[in-house]
Amino acid sequence: MTTRPTNRPHTETRLASLAADWSADGETFKQVPWGKAMMWIFLLSDTFVFSSFLVGYMTVRMSAVESWPNTSEVFALTIGGQHIPLVLIAIMTFILITSSGTMAMAVNCAYQHKRKQAALLMLATALLGVSFVGMQVFEWSKLIVEEGVRPWSNPMGAAQFGACFFMITGFHGLHVSAGVIYLLVVATKLWRGHYDRPQEADSGNYQIVEITGLYWHFVDLVWVFIFAFFYLW
Amino acid sequence: MAHQDSSGPDSASQGPSGSAHLNQERVAECLAASNEHTQQHPIGLYLKVWLLLFVLSSLSYSVDYLQLQGMLRWSLIILFMLLKAGLIISVFMHMFWERVALVYAILLPPLCLVVLIALMAIEANYTLANRLEFFSF
Repeated sequence: MTTRPTNRPHTETRLASLAADWSADGETFKQVPWGKAMMWIFLLSDTFVFSSFLVGYMTVRMSAVESWPNTSEVFALTIGGQHIPLVLIAIMTFILITSSGTMAMAVNCAYQHKRKQAALLMLATALLGVSFVGMQVFEWSKLIVEEGVRPWSNPMGAAQFGACFFMITGFHGLHVSAGVIYLLVVATKLWRGHYDRPQEADSGNYQIVEITGLYWHFVDLVWVFIFAFFYLW
Repeated sequence: MAHQDSSGPDSASQGPSGSAHLNQERVAECLAASNEHTQQHPIGLYLKVWLLLFVLSSLSYSVDYLQLQGMLRWSLIILFMLLKAGLIISVFMHMFWERVALVYAILLPPLCLVVLIALMAIEANYTLANRLEFFSF
C-alpha cells in the first residue's frame, strides 16, 4: 500500500495523487469540504460567464469600423484643478485590493478561532465593497448624464462601447453587491456564535469564512481582468 | 465529506495559535473533526502578497499614466494582469496548497477559452474586412 499523498505540493507525488484521486472509485476531492468544492465549481462556471462577456467585447471592438473611445480620457477626473486620466478606476482598483487583503486577514483570523476579529474584518471588507459599488454608481451616472453614453450609442466613437461597458461593469457590480450581502450574512452569523452551537456536529468549524473569502477574491480577480482589458487596453 | 477520517498530518501539526483563552482541547477536536487540511498560513505571507498586489496595480496604472503605446503597452498590461491573477488565485484563494485533483479540475477547463478567443478573433477580422469592403464610402 502506498501512503496517501498529503496536500503539500510534493512535485514527485503531484501527478500520482491526481491519478489516484480521480481513479479512486470514491470521492474525488479528498480532504476538501463539500462547501468549498461546490464554491470552486460555481466560480468556474462564473469564470465562463465573465469570459463570454469579455470575449464578446473583444469581438465587437475588433470588428468596429469607428474608433474605440479612449478610456483613459472617458474615465478621467479633474481633482483640484488637475486633470488625471483614469483616476476613478485606479481608486476603485485599490479599494478592491484592500478589501481582498482584509478578507484574507478575516480567513486567517477564522482559522485561529478569533471569531469576533474575523467578523469585524469581514464587515470592513463589506464596507469597502459598498464604497466600490458607490463609486461605480457615480461612474455610471456621470457617463449616462454628462457624457451621454447609451448602450446603443455614444458621442465618443464606436457605438458598441456602451453595451460592453454596461454589461461587463454592471455584471461585475452585481457580483460585488451580492458579495456584500453574503459577507454581511456570514459575518453576522459568526459574530452571534451561529457556528459554535454545541448541538451541531460541526460546531466550531469556521470553514464558511474561507468559502465566503473564495467568492470575494474571485470578484477581485474578475476586476483584474476587466481593468486590464476594458480600461487599460 | 468523510468527517471520521482525520488523515493529513498537517491538520494535527497546524493547531491554533494565539488563542490562549480558548479551550485548546476543544478547538483541536474541532479541527480534527473538520478533518480537511486547514488553510492556515503565516499572516506575514498575506501582508507581503497584499503589498505586492498594490505595487503591481500601481505599475499597471502607470502604463496608462505614462501613455505607453503599442506592443509595449499590451505586453505590460498582460504581464501585470497575469501576475496579479496568479497571486490572488494561488495565495489568497489558497490554490497553491490545494489538493492537485481540485487544482486541475478548476484550472484546466478555462483553457478551452483559448479556442473561443481564437475563433472569435478570426470572426471579428472577417466581419471588419466585410464592413470595410461593403459599408464604407
